[in-house]
Amino acid sequence: MSEPHLQFVAHDRRAAPSASTTTGVPAAASTRTLVPLRQSTRIAARSLGTTRAGDLTSGPGLRARATVTGTAAIEQVSSARAEARDAVPTNDLSNWKNAQQDPLWVRLTLIGLAVGSLLLLVIIPVANVFYQALSAGLHAYWDNLFNDPDTRHSIWLTLIVAPTAVGANLVFGVAAAWAIARFRFPGRSALTTLIDLPFAISPVVAGLQLVLLFGLRGYFGPWLREHDIHVIFALPGLILATMFVTLPFIARELIPVLEAIGPDEELAAVSLGARGWQVLWKITLPNIKWGLLYGILLCNARAMGEFGAVYVVSGHIPGQTQTMPLRVDRLFQGYNTPGSFALASLLMLLALVTLVLKTVLERRTQRELAEAAKLHTVEIES
Amino acid sequence: MTRIHLACVAAALVLAGLSGCSSEAGNSNSPAIELLNVSYDPTRELWKAINYAFTAKHEKEAGQALNIRVTHAGSSSQARSVIEGLEADVVTLAMWTDTDAVARAGLIDAGWESELPNNALPYSSTIVFVVRKGNPKQIQDWPDLLKQGVEIITPNPKTSGNGKLSFLAAWGAALDRGGSEADALAYVTELFKHVPVLDSGARAATVTFAQKKIGDVHLTWENEARLEVQEAQGELEIVYPSASILAEPLVAVVDANVKRHGTADIAREYLEFLYTEEAQEIIARNYYRPSKEAILAKHKEDFPEIRLFRISAVAKDWADAHARYFAEGAVFDKISEGSRGEQ
Repeated sequence: MSEPHLQFVAHDRRAAPSASTTTGVPAAASTRTLVPLRQSTRIAARSLGTTRAGDLTSGPGLRARATVTGTAAIEQVSSARAEARDAVPTNDLSNWKNAQQDPLWVRLTLIGLAVGSLLLLVIIPVANVFYQALSAGLHAYWDNLFNDPDTRHSIWLTLIVAPTAVGANLVFGVAAAWAIARFRFPGRSALTTLIDLPFAISPVVAGLQLVLLFGLRGYFGPWLREHDIHVIFALPGLILATMFVTLPFIARELIPVLEAIGPDEELAAVSLGARGWQVLWKITLPNIKWGLLYGILLCNARAMGEFGAVYVVSGHIPGQTQTMPLRVDRLFQGYNTPGSFALASLLMLLALVTLVLKTVLERRTQRELAEAAKLHTVEIES
Repeated sequence: MTRIHLACVAAALVLAGLSGCSSEAGNSNSPAIELLNVSYDPTRELWKAINYAFTAKHEKEAGQALNIRVTHAGSSSQARSVIEGLEADVVTLAMWTDTDAVARAGLIDAGWESELPNNALPYSSTIVFVVRKGNPKQIQDWPDLLKQGVEIITPNPKTSGNGKLSFLAAWGAALDRGGSEADALAYVTELFKHVPVLDSGARAATVTFAQKKIGDVHLTWENEARLEVQEAQGELEIVYPSASILAEPLVAVVDANVKRHGTADIAREYLEFLYTEEAQEIIARNYYRPSKEAILAKHKEDFPEIRLFRISAVAKDWADAHARYFAEGAVFDKISEGSRGEQ
């Protein structure tokens, strides 16, 4: 980075602050370090017309900046590139690389260890589940999964319990994350801690506390019995237990996303007369959609796989309160190995689908976060 | 995106609503009578066969559909679930003390043992040994368990019916050989030094011995031993000791629950069915010792004769046995503290 140029720009910026509001790109591009420089390059490229409309998830500030003329932007791009080259000398890079290089045997041992333990801990067990499930043939596999009424019911039950718990946590999670990210209120940190509590509590304890509340000898038990309402050892208990252990997932996922995006657009919407629901549906939800989907996915994966808490409140009545993980356990203990592995493989398939979706969503969430962070940088500079 | 979110929320709400409806519909509209039998761990195969027979019989005779569900877990934890509100119509637990706990919670009327024939005991069982193929450590009877290097697998007496019975069988066998109380204590203390892991339930101990291949001898229910040996396909053998305890898995109708369900008659009929020739035959085929002498005699080769001593040989009754050996700070606690101290 050449000294006079930097001084000139800095001077320019100080001397004519108003210029940065109309020609945001030059000001933003030529100040400070490498990171804003790169961003300014991208912004400049966008202003040339290479931008897709969808990429500009920005507030009014960036749109104003997009009015920079083409030639100014081209100049800016080339100067930014030159600066970037100057900033990191090439021979430094190669030294850096040499310093990183370990002797061959160290590298091979470490790689071998990593690959070996992955193979032993993940790949072989996963493959074995499918191998065991299919060992008696495809026909038996199908029979084990769908011709046993209790197993069929466990699949159906899981498909009721998990989405219900996710739905409840969706409403709660969005509300709680929004409150925590947007407002400072007494008890805010207490709320944040409370949301984390299910992560810290063992699922078995979570189940037990439900038994202590709703069990026949618990606080509400006798009243519930009198009114013939079933909570423990019935569907509501399963849902409550699942909700409890999956409570943090959506809220935890959304708080950083909401914080990164900032309140500006919501404030703008309110200032333009939007009502609460309009802000939620038109501004907040579209902004957090990928983070939200990611949270839902994690929440759902955990809800479907939950064992400990559900185990305590289930009562294990086959065909009534056995979810898929409980059924896998019971089949295995009943010496029905192919049956239990068949159901386990179905859970595993769900996990693999979740994993693929998770990877996709993770990328989108990160992009969303980066976009928000970038806007933030640009806005601070302008 | 907005639409999709709306759809998501709507779907979740609809599902929640549906699930509520469906569970209610299942309870009220279903024409079949539902019975819930809360049992202990290794009785899966037995109840499957019994329920099949009883359901068919009932449907033929009364023309009414019947749906019997059975749950299985450690005997004490099952009792606990019923006490906490699990809607059991009948309990068929491993130990008298567990059924008694349900009764003391006010769910079973006093005097339940005399409600059914043979003191509410349709079948009995005992504790036997399972050893590896060819019996490499030459284990024939109780004293052989203390040989150098023999590792014994049995579940924890604190949590498992199997564990309690193994303990009482070992204790009683020492007395049976003519030993004194002090000899029995010394024998059992030594025996538990040979136990490398104490699983919490019967099936877990079976998995430890048969699948994880830990230990040289497994002290377990006779019926569980037969299944275990069958499953192992020649890798394991049963050894009958000269004497063992008579295990009494009593059965009872849960009066408080059947009154509310209106299932008192059918529940009673279900348990009485256990004493019929047909059910006793099923019981014998599942390696439980039937209470009917004639059926037991018919299956003589399945049940080698060994001296079976009653609980009265080691304590006044099951409650006394629990208090003397397994209560907080009682004999078993002292034994395990002692062995920890030495290590």
